[in-house]
Amino acid sequence: MAGYAKPLPEITDESRPFWEGCRRHEFLVQRCRACGARQHYPRGVCAACWRDDLEWLPSAGRGRIYSFTVTHRTQARGFRDELPYVLAWVELDEGVQVLTNVVGCDPAAVRVGLAVRVTFEDVTPEISIPRFTPVS
Amino acid sequence: MTHALIAGVHEFPERKTARSVLEIQALSARAALDDAGLEPKDVDGYFTVAGNPGVGPLATVDYLNLTPRHVDGTTIGGSSFVAHVNHAAAAIAGGRCRVALITYGSTSRSSGVAVGTRERISGEYVDQFEALYGISTVGLYALIAQRHMHEYGTTGAQLAEIAVACRRHAGLNPVALYRDPITVDDVLRSPMISSPLHLLDCCVITDGGGALVVVHPDLARDLRKPPVRLLGSAEAVAHTAAGRRDYLVSAAAQTGPRAFAAAGVSPADVAMAMIYDSFTITVLVTLEDLGFCKKGEGGAFVGGGRLQLGGALPINTDGGGLSSNHPGMRGIFLVIEAVKQLRGEGGARQVPDCRVALVHGTGGAFGTRHSGATLVLGAA
Ligand SMILES: [Zn+2]
Repeated sequence: MAGYAKPLPEITDESRPFWEGCRRHEFLVQRCRACGARQHYPRGVCAACWRDDLEWLPSAGRGRIYSFTVTHRTQARGFRDELPYVLAWVELDEGVQVLTNVVGCDPAAVRVGLAVRVTFEDVTPEISIPRFTPVS
Repeated sequence: MTHALIAGVHEFPERKTARSVLEIQALSARAALDDAGLEPKDVDGYFTVAGNPGVGPLATVDYLNLTPRHVDGTTIGGSSFVAHVNHAAAAIAGGRCRVALITYGSTSRSSGVAVGTRERISGEYVDQFEALYGISTVGLYALIAQRHMHEYGTTGAQLAEIAVACRRHAGLNPVALYRDPITVDDVLRSPMISSPLHLLDCCVITDGGGALVVVHPDLARDLRKPPVRLLGSAEAVAHTAAGRRDYLVSAAAQTGPRAFAAAGVSPADVAMAMIYDSFTITVLVTLEDLGFCKKGEGGAFVGGGRLQLGGALPINTDGGGLSSNHPGMRGIFLVIEAVKQLRGEGGARQVPDCRVALVHGTGGAFGTRHSGATLVLGAA
């Protein structure tokens, strides 16, 4: 999609399953087959036991805002033309925190604890960006 | 037991300079050695951050024509130079060097670097899950301020008290960048940068640099001034923890108890504190975690003039990063000002009867991953 001015993820083999899930509009959370730990951000090894026996499970994509900030000034590419925008930590119902944007609402209406669900923006033929929006 | 002494310090006084990053460090090193009564030939340990052109240890030892027998390039953000003091003490105690030089230089202001609001890209694996959401340093601290307000009812006016204290102290420092007094209302009326942090909740952007000389206790008699003693120190990190983190607890919750225990003192013994103030919220959370007040009570603690000269715990008597200088990695200035206070060289901003000072550096971002380094320092 020409004209997407924000930073794009540099996908590596390590992270490819996560981004392929996003392309299908599925938010995947890793779980370790060896020790059972769930984790985000995704990586090639379990952050609890450092083994590489991980499975990718679809999240329900629902959670609550742990914290947020409405950004009024930034030099960040793409974002400086869309002020203000909301940066947030969202805690998924599966128990892991996700750094993200909250979109599809007035930034002034965002609160800690607000229930949100994942939404995907298809920005290139390969890449869809997960963001969160209030549950209506 | 004192493992090391801080024998010499120097802060490069300019806030915008025509000097290079290397010149700033060399001139600061010369002045810190003069302060200590030592010479370049005495230096056998060297410490600086790795990374940017002109500031890596190989570039600087080459420029300084220095051939130390111990080199350390620890780079953990703005706290690095505080950690360097700890590492220098360990190297001295281990017999690896006797006179350690620590230097820093930066031309952030004259190079036009927007330290707080620029796009935060590290070049690391994790960028692909973070940079795409428009993160900046101020945004990553604002997330902590918002959560603290939610959990504990902390207010913007309470955070502003920290900026007001630093500005009052800056008024007593002839080389501070901003010296005119400000009020809580001034902070709250300044432009919102990343809610709930206003412009005056954020550190300034300057050029700058400095140097420290840390020496073996045996050298005490050869020094020009009474040296400052390193009584205790600790370092720690806190990060995204695989997606399960309490972001209101900083690395200082680990370093504070360890450094106080090593020094054999408690927060009540501290006459003044130099607390890394990238943003007002950085100070509030750090004071809680170091044990100056309970978690969640920082908002009430920082009010009533407590942090100002004449209060129970004056902080950042040079004006801090909020009003004096912040070239990007402020840790070295925390040590420099604490040493001046412990020597009684504070002039108009001297804390009376200053026998124990605390230094805490924070590097990185509270909202993702950061380091903390604490020093407890004692007068000679
Ligand atoms: Zn595991």
